[in-house]
Order: sequence, then structure tokens, then C-alpha cells
Amino acid sequence: MNNLPLTFCGIFFTLAVAWVGIVLTNQIQYGDLEPTTEQLDPKTGGPIEGDPLYPEKPVGLAEQGKKVYMDLGCMYCHTQQVRRKDFGNDYNRSWGKRQSVARDYIYQNRVLLGTMRTGPDLMTVGERLPTSAWHHLHLYNPTITSKESLMPPYSFLYKKRKIKGSETSKYALKLPPDFTVEEGYEVIPGYRANALVAYLLSLKMSYDLPEAQRD
Amino acid sequence: MSPVNLSNNKIKLSEVDQSMKWAGLLFIISATLWLLAGTALGMISSYKMHNSNFLANLEWLTFGRIRSAHLNAVIYGWCNNAIFAVGLWIMARLARTKVRHLGLLIIAGIFWNIAVTIGIIGILTGHMTSVEWLEIPTYITPLLAISYCLIGVWGIIVFRDRQSEHIYISQWYILGALFWFPWIYSVAQIMILFEPARGTVQSLTNWWFAHNFLGLWLTPMGLAAAYYFIPKVIGRPIHSYYLSFLGFWTLALFYSWAGVHHLIGGPVPAWAVSLGITASVMMVIPVLVAAINHHMTVLGHFREVIESPTLRFVVFGALSYTLVSFIGSTMSLRSVNEISHFTHLTVGHAHHGVYAFFTMIMFGSIYFILPRLIHREWPSKILITCHFWFAALGITIMIVALHVGGWLQGLAMNNPELLFIDVMKGTIPWLKARTVSGFFLAIAHIAFAINVFWIVLSVKNKPAVIGTKALFTSPHAK
Repeated sequence: MNNLPLTFCGIFFTLAVAWVGIVLTNQIQYGDLEPTTEQLDPKTGGPIEGDPLYPEKPVGLAEQGKKVYMDLGCMYCHTQQVRRKDFGNDYNRSWGKRQSVARDYIYQNRVLLGTMRTGPDLMTVGERLPTSAWHHLHLYNPTITSKESLMPPYSFLYKKRKIKGSETSKYALKLPPDFTVEEGYEVIPGYRANALVAYLLSLKMSYDLPEAQRD
Repeated sequence: MSPVNLSNNKIKLSEVDQSMKWAGLLFIISATLWLLAGTALGMISSYKMHNSNFLANLEWLTFGRIRSAHLNAVIYGWCNNAIFAVGLWIMARLARTKVRHLGLLIIAGIFWNIAVTIGIIGILTGHMTSVEWLEIPTYITPLLAISYCLIGVWGIIVFRDRQSEHIYISQWYILGALFWFPWIYSVAQIMILFEPARGTVQSLTNWWFAHNFLGLWLTPMGLAAAYYFIPKVIGRPIHSYYLSFLGFWTLALFYSWAGVHHLIGGPVPAWAVSLGITASVMMVIPVLVAAINHHMTVLGHFREVIESPTLRFVVFGALSYTLVSFIGSTMSLRSVNEISHFTHLTVGHAHHGVYAFFTMIMFGSIYFILPRLIHREWPSKILITCHFWFAALGITIMIVALHVGGWLQGLAMNNPELLFIDVMKGTIPWLKARTVSGFFLAIAHIAFAINVFWIVLSVKNKPAVIGTKALFTSPHAK
């Protein structure tokens, strides 16, 4: 085994083949996947003209919120992928009415599938929990909404401030008795809290794709 | 051909050691400091997992960030510095040549450590990428890549300058790893962060990278050290030299495909997943080969294993490699993965590989190398014993806790009768056990660090006995 050129070729090609096989082949196979309609046109086999295309592009505050989600490392406890009905228990936990498929992720500049479920999957959290008030309370202190939660509080995304005038701000968190701050103060979401909640509310799979139908 | 058979032609081994002194010291000391930092970060993350209010008001210590800081400090700080010390030293020794361009290596090493430091601070201050194993912010990763390339090229130059006629198996592993790492790292950086591929092609690239970081970087370096030190310390050739080449090529062939098993059940093509599973199962071949070679060489020499600190750590690592790889192959099967995926079992498995296998071998290697670099004896045998037993016990507790706890978590998660919150509550005792294991590991690492700084800083220390046998088989320091 002292044939150096042959060995170098071996070292090069073993990895080259795997790279081509896993990364490049998949890039070629579905690296230019496009949005499509919920059903396909039986005649053309393509999208039905005039029907809305899915998935939709993410916009606005939700995209800012995704950055907060990323810099706080939410994905290390929350996945964003729903497995098929007969594999695992995602379906029974109502984490999605269908499995998530490759096309669902095409507009995500950074795909956050995640590999750990210390907390529930969030692929459809915007459908399951559609009110921003709930999310704000939950982020401020998770034990307000789920008594025994293991999730850390993200109270640093919120500001405590003195109530101006006689009325509390309409943005102020409606904290339950055990969690209230001192008299004359209120807690309001900061910009990043609002963005993060907008992002969480945007996480939905409320459409069908030809390759994955809800039931 | 084992290293013991390369008799005293060319330059003396002690001359190689002498010339590697400053580079070796830089990398070993950096590695030790990163190990301590990584341990502290890991312990805080572990404690936060069962006590979520702990330090919760400090944004920069929030769980998601500190856990990623721990991972990156350990892999890019500890593991890579240890590799640069151990891998390059073995390379230089086996090349039997006067090493050149040490200034280049030292400067690249300093920049590597600066880049990792900035990267960890970046993670803690909110610039994390949220791509697993690649969390370090993109404003510093090019510096990491450049520093690495200089270090890797240095290793290849040493190999080219070699005076020895035979090329030992460790050199193949190191050469392969030095070449594979920049490839996987740059592909991952470009296709995920700089010019992101569309959709879940990113995820495939991510796991191709992350698994190969273990498979084509840490593993070959760990095996290279095991292949070097086991015959070296025992003083007999490796069991079967040809078998070791079969092991090398099957490792290169199968490991490079295995990473997709992290996406079983995920939104990626089923054929890619199936290929990943196949490759993971085929990994049984290189693992069996390494197991036969390592364990058969050790067989009948248990006295040396007990007496030599190097061998004690390396053999623990080699045994762990066999075990962790078989568990890994099993975990890739769909029916097992359905339960183990998304649980603490995966975390336990990662620590099994990176710590019980790789890190233990690096500890053993450093116990051999450092006295030879600076020509001094290890000052405290008690600290070494303490290091070994606390590390061995600590990692065993962690692995058992996370494997059992993770498996139960997986079963509970797949049980529709149980609420998610109850599944989580069930994991808490196991997570507490993990924190306990962290204390064991912290004691081990402090013992190791004290010894490292002691030997480096004490000038009056007696000179080491230089020879093919381990230092600690000499009667003075048993």
C-alpha cells in the first residue's frame, strides 16, 4: 500500500462520490422545486391555472422574527417537521394534518428542521395556537400558560415600564395574579418579542400539496 | 509495519519531538483551555435543562445559545486543537524528518484560536446561524477556514518531506482526514450559509457535514492515534496490517454516506435516507476490522494497560469506538430510529462518540506526547489516576442516563395516551443524572489541566525517560 497516487485518488474519490451522491444529486433532483397548486391539472399534469400557488413567500415582521428564533436557538428544542401518519406519533399529537414535504421549505432561506424535541414540534404552531396574547404570555413566562413547562422564560424580550396616566397600554401583557409586577408598572413586548410572535403565528401548513394531502 | 520496527535510521525521534515543541505546546495548552471552557458551558446547559429558571434573565446565557457555545467550543476548540497537536505530532514522528515551517503552523494555530474565540462570543451575543455544528457566525468562518488550510497544508508538507520508507496506517488516516475536513467544511459553509441551496437540500448538506465531522475528521484522527499508540506502548506490531487497510477504505467509503440517517422520517427523498441507513449498517465492517486489530493487539498485555496512562485512555477509547459504532448502526434502522429520533438518546450517542471514544484517545495521546515535547516527567500520578477514573465514570453515567432516559422518552413520545408535558417530566431524573456526570467530568478535566500547567510551568522537574516504552512504566513513576 505504498502506491501514493492511487491512495490519493482513493481518498479523493471516496468523498467525491458521497458528495455527488448525497448533496449534488439531491440538488439536481429537487434543488429547483417550485410552488404549485393544491391539486394538479389532470390533463396537463401541471399546476391548475388561476389557482393559488403554495407554499407562499414569507413576508414582513415574521421574517424578522425568524432571525430572533435563530439567534436564541429555539430550534435546539423545537423541530419544524411533521412525520407521516404511520411513523412516529406526530399526527396523533396534532402537530399537523399531513406530513411536511420538501416543497414546504422551498422559500425558507434557512431551513430549521431541527433534530431534538425537548418541546413540541412547531411546524403548525400558528394553526394550533393562533392568538398572539397566548404566545406573549408563554414567552414571557412559560409556566403562565403551561404550569409544568420546562421551557426557559424569555422575559428579556419584554420591557417593564411605569404605567403612563391612568390606563395600562393596550399592548401590556395581561398577567395572571401570581405573575403580576408591582403596582403602577406594566409589561409590554419589545420589538423582538413582537417579531418572534409574528413568526410563530406564521408557521402553518394550512394548504394541500399534490404530494401531501390533509385529511 | 508497526512504528516499533522503524529502527534508528534517519533523525532521532527525540529530535522530532524537540522541533515540535512550541507548536505542540500551543495546541495542547489551547486544547486544555477550551476543554475547561467547554465543560463549564456544558454544565450550565445541562443544569438549565432541568431547571429552566437558572440564569434565565441573562440573554447571552439562554439555553439555545449556551448549548451551541458548548458544542462549538468543544469541537472547534478542544477537538481540533487536540487533533492539531496529536495528529501533526504523529505525522512528524512517522515521517522521521526535521520539520520545517513551524512559524507558519504556530501563526495559523494562533489565528485558529482567535477565530474560535470570536465565534463563541458571536454565538453568545446573538449572531448564531442555527445550523447544527456550524453555529459560528459567518463573519468569522472564512478566517477559520484559512487558518485550517495553513495547518492542514503544513501536515501534508511534513508527509511529503518524509524520510521513512514505509507509510504507516496512521499516516493514511491523518492524510485522509486533513484532506476531507476542508472539503466538507467549505461545502457546508457555501451551500448552507453563503449561497444557500433551496429547501431541505440544506438539511441534507448539513447532516452530510455534521456526521462527516465525526466520521471523516474525528474518527480517523482518533483511530490514527490508537493505531500509533497501542503498538508503540505495548511494543509489538499491530495484529494485522492488511486488515487495517481494509478498515481504512471501508471507513472512507461508508462513513461518507451515513449522515442522512439524521433525517429519517424527514422531508427529504426516501432513497437518500435508505442509502444513509445502508451505509450506516455497512459501517459494521470498518468497525469490526478496527476492533479486531486494536483488541487483538492489546490481548494478553493488560499489565501495560493498567500501568501506562496512555494505554489506559487509548484502550478505553478503542473499546468505546467499537460499542458506539454498533449502537450507531442500530440507531439508523428505521424501526429503532422511530423511537430514538428527537430524543436525548441522540445527544448521549454524540457524547459517546466524541467523548468516550475520541476525547479519551486524545487524553491518552497527550499523556504520551507532552513529556516528550518538553523533556519533563508528569508531576503527579495521582492526578492522572483521578483524571482517568472520574472521566471514565462520568462519561459512563452520562451515556447510560441519556441512553435509557432517551429511549424511555422516545417510547413515551410515541404513546398517544401520554401528554407531551408528562413525557418531558419523565426525562427530568435522567437529565439530573447527566448534570451529576458533568461534575465528574469537570473534576477529571481540572485534574488534567492542573497536571498540564504544572508540567509546563515547573522548571525543576526531572527529565523524562525517553524510549519506546511509556514513561510511566519506569520504576520512578509507576
